[in-house]
Amino acid sequence: MSASLALSLWLQSARLQQQTGAALGSTTAPDSNWTLDLLEWVRTSWLSTKLAGLAGMDQAPALPTWAAAAIGAGIAVGIVIGFVSVVAMFSIWLERRVAGRIQSRIGPNRVGPFGLLQSLADGVKLLLKEDIIPSGADRKLFVLAPALVMASALAMFAAVPMADGAGFTDINLGVLFIVGISALATIGVIMAGWSSNNKWALYGAMREAAQVVSYEVPLGISLLVPVIVGGTLELGAASRLQSGWGGSCWFLFQNPFVLPAFVLYFIAALAENKRAPFDLPESESELVAGFHTEYSGIRFSFFFLEEYAAMFLMSAVGTALFLGGWNFPGIDLLKGGWLIAAQLAVFVVKSMFLVLLMIWIRWTLPRMRVDQVMVMGYKYLTPLSLICVVGASVWEVWAAVPFHERPIWMQLFTPVLVFGVCAVLGAMLRKQAIESAAQPTTRSRIAPRAHAAAH
Amino acid sequence: MELLFFLLFAGLAIAGAVATVWMRYVVHSAFALMGTFLGVAGLYVLLGADFLAITQILIYVGGILVLILFGIMLTPPDRTERNAKRVIGFSASLVAIALFLAVQIGSVVRWAEKSNLEAPKATAAPIGRELLRPDGYLIPFELVSVVLLVALIGSVFIARRRKAVRVDDSSTAAILAERGTLQQKAGA
Repeated sequence: MSASLALSLWLQSARLQQQTGAALGSTTAPDSNWTLDLLEWVRTSWLSTKLAGLAGMDQAPALPTWAAAAIGAGIAVGIVIGFVSVVAMFSIWLERRVAGRIQSRIGPNRVGPFGLLQSLADGVKLLLKEDIIPSGADRKLFVLAPALVMASALAMFAAVPMADGAGFTDINLGVLFIVGISALATIGVIMAGWSSNNKWALYGAMREAAQVVSYEVPLGISLLVPVIVGGTLELGAASRLQSGWGGSCWFLFQNPFVLPAFVLYFIAALAENKRAPFDLPESESELVAGFHTEYSGIRFSFFFLEEYAAMFLMSAVGTALFLGGWNFPGIDLLKGGWLIAAQLAVFVVKSMFLVLLMIWIRWTLPRMRVDQVMVMGYKYLTPLSLICVVGASVWEVWAAVPFHERPIWMQLFTPVLVFGVCAVLGAMLRKQAIESAAQPTTRSRIAPRAHAAAH
Repeated sequence: MELLFFLLFAGLAIAGAVATVWMRYVVHSAFALMGTFLGVAGLYVLLGADFLAITQILIYVGGILVLILFGIMLTPPDRTERNAKRVIGFSASLVAIALFLAVQIGSVVRWAEKSNLEAPKATAAPIGRELLRPDGYLIPFELVSVVLLVALIGSVFIARRRKAVRVDDSSTAAILAERGTLQQKAGA
C-alpha cells in the first residue's frame, strides 16, 4: 500500500503546486484546496478553540504547512479509497445480478435489500481468508503487485472531475494523465504474473501486456477526437464546454466524428480492462484465472476491485469527454449545493450506465481468439480511429468558429445524424430480433434429437 | 514543502537507479527502473514541466518498460554471472559518474543566470504551438516522424521475414522451462 500512498501524495503535491501557482495549474477551475480549507475550519471551530482555551491559548495553533498538507492528502486519499471501494462493490453486485438475469437465474439476493450487501460480505470473507504466498514465488514482487495495480486505479480516480469544481485535482492534462497512469496497472499485472512463478499466471500477464500495449493506440487516438472538438485536455474544462443547450450540447452532438470515436473508445476500453470479449488474460477455460491465479484473500480482492474500478474509470472518462460529463437537460435550474449533488448524481449515473453496457456485452458475446484480438486492434480500430481524427479536424477547421457561433444547420446536423443512425440501427436490430423469435432456434431443433439419443 | 517532495522524488529516482544496477535478476532491475522513471517524472512536475512529466510516464513506463519486460521474459535467461567483472564495472561506473558530474556542474554554471525565470503555467499548448510553427520546430518534428515511420516499416519487415516472431504460448513455455531450471540452481 505504500506505493499507492506515495502516488496519491504525488498527486497532492501536484495540487499544492497548483496552489502556489507553479505547474499543473488548472486553467479555469477555482484553485482552492478544500482539504486544507477543511483543516482550517476544524482549527477555528468551537471545539478546537475550547480545547486551546484549556491549554491556556486563545486560539488553536496553525499546523505547519507540511503537516497540514500530509493530513489533507490523507483525507483526500481516504475519500478516494472509500469512493473507489463503494463504486467497485456496487459494480460487482450489478455484474452478478445482470449475469443472473441474462442467464435466467436470480443472482445474489440474500444479503441486504436486493442482495446489495453481498459484495461487502464477500469483502469481509476475503479479508478473513488465509493469505497464501506460494513457496516458489518472488515474495517481494508478489506482495507489491496488487498494491501497484490498486495504486494506479486510485491515482487515476483523483483526476476525474465528478461535478463542477468538486474534483480532487482537475489537472490541465487530465486525459493524458489518465492514459499515462493506466500503464502502471499493466506493470503491476506483469509483476503479478511473473512473481507468481506459475505458467498460467505468466501466460495471462504476457497476453495482458500485449493486449494493453496494442489497444492503448486506438484508445489514445479516439480520445483525441473530443480533445480536438473541445480544444482542451482538461476533463473539467471539457465538461464545462458541453453545458450549452440547457445541458445537452454534448461533444457527441458537436461533431459528426465523435460518435464513431466513442464506439471505438468503448471497444478499446473493453480491451484495456480485459473485459469480455477481450478477456484472454484471464480466460478461465485455458488459464485457470490468468495473472491472479496464485492470489488469494485480500490480495486477490485488490485485483478484483481494481478491475471494476478501472471499468468505472474508463466509463467516467467516456462520460466526461463524449457524453457531456455532469451536464443534463434541466440541471441548470438547480443552485448551490443541490446543483453539485445533482451534477455528481448525473455523472455517476451516466458512468454506471456505461459500466452496465460493459457487463451486458460480457454476458452476451463469446471470447475472441488471441490473433483475432490483435487483428481487431491493429487492422480495424487503429485506422478507423485515425480516420475519425482526420475527419473531426477537417470538420472543425471547416467550421472555423466556436460551436455556438456556427450556422444553425451545422449545429443541428450532428444531433440529427446521431439520432438517425441510432434509429436505423435500432429498427434493424428489432426486425432481426422479431424474425429470429418467429423461427425455431437451433437449440430447440437439436435438443429433442439429443434427448432421444440419450434414451 | 517543495524541498520535501524534491527529496522524495530524488530519493526514489536514485534508489531506483541504484537498485537497477545492483539487483541480481534482470527482471528485478527492470522493475526497479520503474521507480527511477516515476521519480524523474515527479522531478519534472516540481520543475513545472507537467507535459513532460506525464509523457515520461506514458512513454517510459507504459511503453518502453513494458517492452523491456516483454523482451526479458521472451528471451532465454542469460546464464553468465552478472557480478563476474566487478572491478571493471565499478571503475567504469566511477568514470561515468565523474563525467556526468562534470557535465552537470558545467550546465549549472551556464544556467545559473537563467534560474530566476518563472515556471510556465501550462506547457502543453506552448509545446504544441512551437512544434507546428514553420519557423519553430516544424521541420525537426516532421523529420522525427519520418524516422519513426522508417523504424515502424523496418520492424514490420523483420517480423514478416521470419514469420515465427509472434507472441504465442509455445515460446513462453520454453522460457518457463528455462527459468524453472535456473531458479532450482539458484535455490540449491
